Amino acid sequence: MEKTPENASQAAPLKLFGSWASSYTHRVQLALRLKGLEFEYAEEDLGSKSNELLRHNPVYKKVPVLVHGGRALPESVIILQYLDDAWPETRPLLPADAFDRALARFWCHFADDKLGPAVGAVFASMGEDQEAAVRQVHENLALIEAELRDGAFKGRRFFGGDEVGLLDVVLGCGSYWLAVFEEVTGVRLVDADAFPLFHAWLRDFEALDEVRETIPAVDRLLEYARGVRHMLLGLAGAGAAAASAAAAAPAEAPAAPAPAPAADIAVDI
Amino acid sequence: MTEGGELKLLGMWASPFVTRAKLALQIKGLSYEYVEEDLGSKSELLLSSNPVHKAVPVLIHDGKPVCESSVVVQYIDEAFAGAGPSLLPADPYERAVARFWAAYLEDKLVTPWRQVLRVKTDEERAEVMRQTIAAADVLEGGLKESSGGMGPFFGGESVGYVDVLLGGMISWVKATEVFSGAKIIDAAKTPLLAAWMERFCELDAARAVLQDVGALVEYARALQARFAAAAPNN
Repeated sequence: MEKTPENASQAAPLKLFGSWASSYTHRVQLALRLKGLEFEYAEEDLGSKSNELLRHNPVYKKVPVLVHGGRALPESVIILQYLDDAWPETRPLLPADAFDRALARFWCHFADDKLGPAVGAVFASMGEDQEAAVRQVHENLALIEAELRDGAFKGRRFFGGDEVGLLDVVLGCGSYWLAVFEEVTGVRLVDADAFPLFHAWLRDFEALDEVRETIPAVDRLLEYARGVRHMLLGLAGAGAAAASAAAAAPAEAPAAPAPAPAADIAVDI
Repeated sequence: MTEGGELKLLGMWASPFVTRAKLALQIKGLSYEYVEEDLGSKSELLLSSNPVHKAVPVLIHDGKPVCESSVVVQYIDEAFAGAGPSLLPADPYERAVARFWAAYLEDKLVTPWRQVLRVKTDEERAEVMRQTIAAADVLEGGLKESSGGMGPFFGGESVGYVDVLLGGMISWVKATEVFSGAKIIDAAKTPLLAAWMERFCELDAARAVLQDVGALVEYARALQARFAAAAPNN
């Protein structure tokens, strides 16, 4: 094959800095697998970040960061679009039509600006505050359900159409937390009766080989989530709340390394 | 049908986010119908076009609505790729850099800035101003990185995506500086951004579109009074 500059850069190595429980990291891992791209993976200890990570992402100091041919790309949705731009001939994540692309971007923002934080709020709260957060999650899911039922995504198996695309990756890598949080908090978030299409989509998404390869085993996620919730409620200083949470979900310390600071996790969906 | 089609922009004169859309349309040389919305009494068209946020800008192209200013600007760039200059660069890495600074602008500068009129106390106001100014400092580095020394714009010699997004904020930056008494883009601390702002304002598109700063200051004072009068836990 002729070595055009584009081909040469496609051949350059890919290295992903991430965290095993970070849904933002999973987005990139999944996208790389969907596009059939080989990459080296470096697990970061979020409580003690490597100099390499800090050098590659000085502005945010966060995972994921994808380094391609020595150049660093932070921010998961930006990385996903970069993969499409740099490998345009391989399994595009974004649709071809400009209007469909605009829709995908709009809903990606919604996932990160509205749904994600709302789910994080459910996880980090108790009592009345949690009830309000749950209502917010349900309102957000209802909007997505409406798009699947009557709107822009009507009749589609995935948001991307017959195959998963950018929005599936963004919403999907995060939605698995819904079931985990339901288990840990005892709160119902995704009712199959209330959100049948979203529920069906999530089930189909999680059944894909590349997704199963990417998302950690549910018992690891559960253990991790229990540890974080216990810590978050403890930080909130509500003694009674922490005690009841401890009673509801045994507060065994996770065998894995200590959970990262709450700020990195609370909205990590 | 030509690449054209019917374009309608739902907006509000004071909104910097609407200004972004207008700038993009202007730069691409596109004609459109503008509809001024009364945000206190939103039109059926706005509510049905943007049911999720019920906000402006909404760009309606051949009857199909595009919402959110950064999405609208990218849409204009892609749907009208043949018209006028490209806002996003061609190189994949440079595109990612542009998207990065666009996202940074939104998350770190615009987000605290939006609180300036809303917060109640002087302390809170000083804090959100501090955050806004800190973001401008970081953005100065971003401008240096993006323009690659070609300057004065994030897009280099010509206006690009980040320039349009930040450009939409210019009149508000100036208005905020007037009523807060603090500089956001200070030539002494962020010389590249200060030069950027001057050059941007000289563009035909900017002259055509940017709001009058005095009008915004008046508008801001009225808005601030309304927020102050509202219930404390609003």
